[in-house]
Amino acid sequence: MLSSQLRSPQGGDWLAGVSSDAALRQLLHGLPGVDQVGVHARAAALATRSIKKEAKLAALDLAVTMVDLTTLEGADTPGKVRSLCAKAMRPDPADAAVPPVAAVCVYPDLVAAAKAELGRGTVAVASVATAFPSGRASLKVKLADVADAVDAGADEIDMVIDRGAFLAGRYGQVCEEIRAVKEACGPAHLKVILETAELATLDNVVRASWLAMLAGADFIKTSTGKVSPAATPPVALVMLAAVRDFEQASGRLVGVKVAGGIRTAKDAIRYLVLVNETAGRTWLAPGLFRIGASSLLNDLLRQRGKQLSGRYQGQDYFTLD
Amino acid sequence: MADKAGEGAVAVTSGLDWQYAPAPESRDVVAIAPRYGLFVNGEFTQAASGRTFPTINPATEEELTVVAQAGPADVDRAVAAARTAFEQVWGPMPGSERAKYLYRIARIIQERSREFAVLESIDNGKPIKETRDVDIPLAAAHFFYYAGWADKLSYAGFGPDPRPLGVAGQVIPWNFPLLMAAWKLAPALATGNTCVLKPAETTPLTALLLAEVCQQADLPPGVVNVLTGAGGTGAALVAHPGVDKVAFTGSTEVGIAITEKIAGSAKKLTLELGGKAANVVFDDAPIDQAVEGIVNGIFFNQGQVCCAGSRLLVQESVAEQVVDRLRRRLATLRVGDPLDKNTDLGAINSRRQLEKITELTAAGEAEGAERWSPPCELPSRGYWFAPTVFTGVSQAHRIAREEIFGPVLSVLTFRTPQEAVAKANNTPYGLSAGIWTEKGSRILWMAQRLRAGVVWANTFNVFDPASPFGGYKESGFGREGGRHGLAAYLDA
Repeated sequence: MLSSQLRSPQGGDWLAGVSSDAALRQLLHGLPGVDQVGVHARAAALATRSIKKEAKLAALDLAVTMVDLTTLEGADTPGKVRSLCAKAMRPDPADAAVPPVAAVCVYPDLVAAAKAELGRGTVAVASVATAFPSGRASLKVKLADVADAVDAGADEIDMVIDRGAFLAGRYGQVCEEIRAVKEACGPAHLKVILETAELATLDNVVRASWLAMLAGADFIKTSTGKVSPAATPPVALVMLAAVRDFEQASGRLVGVKVAGGIRTAKDAIRYLVLVNETAGRTWLAPGLFRIGASSLLNDLLRQRGKQLSGRYQGQDYFTLD
Repeated sequence: MADKAGEGAVAVTSGLDWQYAPAPESRDVVAIAPRYGLFVNGEFTQAASGRTFPTINPATEEELTVVAQAGPADVDRAVAAARTAFEQVWGPMPGSERAKYLYRIARIIQERSREFAVLESIDNGKPIKETRDVDIPLAAAHFFYYAGWADKLSYAGFGPDPRPLGVAGQVIPWNFPLLMAAWKLAPALATGNTCVLKPAETTPLTALLLAEVCQQADLPPGVVNVLTGAGGTGAALVAHPGVDKVAFTGSTEVGIAITEKIAGSAKKLTLELGGKAANVVFDDAPIDQAVEGIVNGIFFNQGQVCCAGSRLLVQESVAEQVVDRLRRRLATLRVGDPLDKNTDLGAINSRRQLEKITELTAAGEAEGAERWSPPCELPSRGYWFAPTVFTGVSQAHRIAREEIFGPVLSVLTFRTPQEAVAKANNTPYGLSAGIWTEKGSRILWMAQRLRAGVVWANTFNVFDPASPFGGYKESGFGREGGRHGLAAYLDA
């Protein structure tokens, strides 16, 4: 439907012509509506998929490689981050076969500590920036926040959109901010956090997803984890359909990150089912799907151990972080 | 940094080829006896003639057991037992007492739901996902719902003291064996009637398990009787002079035969017959959810649903997009072992039904419609039919007019709302319809003009015991479910 308008791989050329609020409104409100009841029913139906045996083991291993191991607390210290990095590189000290996670996710001032620990390994450093989690700061401050994180060595930046501007219909402003942050990221990957709980409706989720993708997001992400509810299966379903449709229209692949409240392997596998049956196989890779979590990792390891040995191990057999 | 971005790009091109491992529900919960009798006057007995017939698992063609074939003598016996129970026990019993039995049956169905779900899947061929999440919970819900009415009939709008009709002869189909039994029995019993139920020839087992539940609930003998058999048994039952009320769900052909047979008698009749529902998708529809609704509309229960959305009417301006998305979605449907918890489409119920579907789809191709199915491997034994979509269908094609009762969708297009209504109503049937649009006023405008008993808006194939269900024209008359469902069993 939009494919003729979206030939440019970055969506940039096209956007140059229409970054006014009115033009963006026309585009975003022209997307097919989302029926909330239907989305909830579909998400509930897919939650009944029964994943067993080798399919479960493959899912658990894949989920480990998709984890953005996260600590975003006021009480974070370099020591806490170093310990998290060790866990990220070698999730199970007793089993070298467990792959490392995708990234550790920290505040900008701890990027250097994480980078020092992770060195040249495969685990990336992701940093929230742009006055996370509220985003209530001027663009100048947000860009400085991003530059700080990138200069300290962040490989990935998780920015928040200005939900106030979005809800007020100032789509142009949201769009310009994302483009400016994308530019400030340089080579770092940009994940755009929609904070779907504050957007409230699934129609808004679709519109914000498209807006972020058009503005150059490498990933769209559900939540900061600081507002409840964080990631939910219906929201993830809608975002996965959006990246699928965007790829069809523009040819550009955009990833999805679900974050917040995902604590069990069962939850993680349910998200993978959503990915598999909505966006499709291409997205079943850490390059295009991430799970932002902290306590999830140990449950993945515990369930993995159960699949391999037939028995559960106690909590104390898994490291705290 | 650049390395990591590059690594991401590599991963992008090779996502995990994730195959779900088989996840079969255990059969152990069900014990199928080597032979089954008729349930008459609270006891299981053999047919007077001693005749039996086999019932098979349509997914494997394995013979499950043999079941007694009821003849005229058995019908006499069952109707007499029902009459006695009506006059001496059930009719005079206060509604609040009848309700206790219905609540008890509902609870036992819930307690034994896994057993019912597995047995239904085995005997019918439908996926365990559906029996577990739809058939069995809804059957229990119907008993719960009508139990609530039993002591409130004076306030139901049928006068101060509406009376039951007497003995109900009820003949039900094979597509939702237990659920249709519940639809028939629950309102009849709540209103004080007694019942003789004739389940379909190919799916008798859950009705017999329900008979066992009646025993377990201490339901007085003769209140519910179950006669297994084929068409002849049903014909003898509806023609029996001791029957006051006939309720039939099934084909329009048999419905007409029943109507002719009982014309001129004092019997009351309700019929729930075939359908050829239009599922109407407008250009402003929530497209992805509409696609889900189309899939649910025609592939739920392998399309063996009288209210199936077998005609997709899609606005021309979005037809290509909707069909593309539908095809992509159908490629993810999982066809196979009905007992696998991940199966979306199970087996066709019988060889006869498979032949009918095969014949009609061949006619569709011969008449020039374009046929498409997703790549899917069908099991070598059993009765299977791949999900099928016909595009380029016109109103004149047989596949747009005749009920196929299988996983076959006919796609037609329209240009204006007026044309959508005209095409949707241009059928001898009138059981259900669906409307997909984000515009509320259009939903109401359409619903007023569609001649169908049920009109779904932005959803399809959703059922609730509180909502009446029934047809226009050749889809039958009378309503089941809700307060309306009481009227069919009351002298009002």
